[in-house]
Amino acid sequence: MGESKPRPRPPLPYNMRDVVLPGDAACPGCPIPMGWKVLSAVFGEKMILVIPASCSSVVVGAYPGNSLKASVVHVAFASAGAVASGITEALRRRGINDVQVIAWAGDGGTADIGMASLSGAAERNHDFIYIMYDNEAYMNTGIQRSSSTPYGAWTTTTPIIGKTEHKKDVAKIMIAHGVPYVATASVAYPHDFYAKLQRAKRIHGFKFIHLHAPCPVGWRFDPKYTARIARLAVETGLWVLYEYYDGKLRLSGPSRPYLDPSKRKPVEEYLKLQGRFKRLTPEKIEEIKKYVEWNWEWVKRHM
Amino acid sequence: MTAILEESRGGRILPLTGNYAVAMAAKMARVQVVAAYPITPQTSVIEKLSEYIEAGELEATMIRVESEHSALAATFGAAIAGARAFTATSSHGLLYMHEWVHWTGRARVPIVMAIVTRAIAPPWNIWPDHSDFYDQRDAGWVMGFAMDNQEAFDLTLQAFRISEDPRVYLPVMIGLEGFILGHTTMPVHIPDQEAVDEWLGPRRQGFVIDGSEPLAHGNLAWPEDTEEMFMDIHRAMMEAKSVIREVDEEYYRITGRRYGGLTQCIRCSDAKYVVSSMGAWSGDIMEAVEKLRGEGYPVGVLRFRFIRPFPEEDVAEHLAGKKLVVVFDRAISFGSMGQLFMETVAHLAKHTGKLPVLRNIVAGVGGVNVEWREFYELIKDSIDRFEEGGELEYFTWYHKARR
Ligand SMILES: Cc1ncc(C[n+]2csc(CCOP(=O)(O)OP(=O)(O)O)c2C)c(N)n1
Ligand code: SF4
Ligand SMILES: [Mg+2]
Repeated sequence: MGESKPRPRPPLPYNMRDVVLPGDAACPGCPIPMGWKVLSAVFGEKMILVIPASCSSVVVGAYPGNSLKASVVHVAFASAGAVASGITEALRRRGINDVQVIAWAGDGGTADIGMASLSGAAERNHDFIYIMYDNEAYMNTGIQRSSSTPYGAWTTTTPIIGKTEHKKDVAKIMIAHGVPYVATASVAYPHDFYAKLQRAKRIHGFKFIHLHAPCPVGWRFDPKYTARIARLAVETGLWVLYEYYDGKLRLSGPSRPYLDPSKRKPVEEYLKLQGRFKRLTPEKIEEIKKYVEWNWEWVKRHM
Repeated sequence: MTAILEESRGGRILPLTGNYAVAMAAKMARVQVVAAYPITPQTSVIEKLSEYIEAGELEATMIRVESEHSALAATFGAAIAGARAFTATSSHGLLYMHEWVHWTGRARVPIVMAIVTRAIAPPWNIWPDHSDFYDQRDAGWVMGFAMDNQEAFDLTLQAFRISEDPRVYLPVMIGLEGFILGHTTMPVHIPDQEAVDEWLGPRRQGFVIDGSEPLAHGNLAWPEDTEEMFMDIHRAMMEAKSVIREVDEEYYRITGRRYGGLTQCIRCSDAKYVVSSMGAWSGDIMEAVEKLRGEGYPVGVLRFRFIRPFPEEDVAEHLAGKKLVVVFDRAISFGSMGQLFMETVAHLAKHTGKLPVLRNIVAGVGGVNVEWREFYELIKDSIDRFEEGGELEYFTWYHKARR
């Protein structure tokens, strides 16, 4: 055995449990604590999470318990952006600058009911991080369609035909706001998410991160496959990991190979593991493939 | 001016609209964050505050939000994070933020909000009544209402003290009618800033979420825990009555003005008949009552300065044992009666087995102007008919058609 060189301490999984305590109220395989653990590693206790009505409101745990050893402000469904704005400005007024304010909202609380509040906060460029964890439906109320639900997906409000529209792409909307930092991330790539949070932490102004978060309950897959499905979304090119700042899109490491379409896995591999896509016709799968191509064209144009 | 200027304690007198009086009070309370959205007739409150801030006269952050829902949400955010925070709105703005009116009340976060009242559409109408204000009754806010610009100033300033009192820790809203007060200039006495600073003190709140320690607020709670929290709000509300009276007294020290607590009763002690009201038109009612007194009618006025907490002790003291009580309402719960009337009667019934003859007159809804002379006629007619033993309608909607 040779002499072991001291290696740099990898950022994860250290400190992932500092904030995220065992015993939350999440379903097995839930992506929410997966995301929080990365926040924990970056910010520790020194963060204030602003959480609108969503699965996260429940996962935190019931009073007087609390599964997060950080500060949490629960807020009305449409208001994550606005409350985070107010907290951020109050802290600034009070000269407190070692605490990270994070709006942690679902796709419904972001892409739908919270869109105005998000857009307002982005336009005013308040100095906080907005994370949209995207489980692609209203899960808390029992799997109803949101504007972020993908084309073809079954939900309880698209029960027979499936969703007939493509996903609303909130990251693009945020890029159009001209905010200092926009990124996409995935619960399957914690190191990538970690690096993005680290960058966001150093940038002053409004930061938006769109976190892909497969939900076993709503997407109808075995809870042990959350990370696998999240990874397949990237490997099939359906979900593209990037950062956008200084007017340029930078493809993130895990997504780089898939700039080349021949490297991508067939989307069917991603779709077939999920019950919500069970009834997809071949035509609909073609439509999804077209969407993937179209999205990559957009990515290339902005690189 | 009906504020009782017993002695001057320094300060200065400025001609101010009701809205500017409110803005001045917020400035003198040294608010740190204001989040607001324009709506007639409130707009000039936040315009004035923006001016104070940009001119460097007030060290505060103005969050120019994209809606009223966000206005109160951001005000809540600032307040829960330890800042003295203020907002103002009217009518549709108030309705739009209604979800947050409840959220802030139930969260026990001290906030002050001015409501420059305005009718609710449709049809579009910017004139004042009390419908928007009454719509917020059940949300856990202390609710005061001014009669003139001086009181709009005084109540707004007092609201910060009441809201931040540890026995209360509830948000406070102060109503004033748009245009009638909001845009009408009257002389307003402004105390010295040092006196206000000393009287008001620094920001106080029950808990603060600023990252100094991990703290969660609003977690899902079981029914029993939830009910306990709401019972606490009710208790705090009941405590607020004595706090409001104390604050009124202490305010007297720095301004020489006091109003009598939650209500103001004029000519009540020897009155056989009492007229009850809230808001700017109480001044007209008082004028009418003075004239009737001159004609020998033993009539007084009970003016509500606060409806939450509801001043039931004042109602018992001033209305129990009277012969006739007429309540003027500037709003209606469609299909029922005026809100002030309903509450007055419900609380009065708790304190007396023998209710006076009661009458509810709804008027001025949609901003219809009611002049002192009309009050004079309405009150005189009520008393005359009562004395003659005639029939007196329990409920009347007094309406004059547009000429
Ligand atoms: C104003 C309002 N409308 C509706 C609801 C009901 N509601 C609570 S959570 C939720 C869905 C949340 O969906 P999303 O933001 O995607 O978060 P998820 O539950 O999927 O994590 C809905 C519709 C509410 N709380 N408030
Ligand atoms: S429904 Fe999905 S997102 Fe919600 S708690 Fe369960 S696993 Fe998590
Ligand atoms: Mg969702």
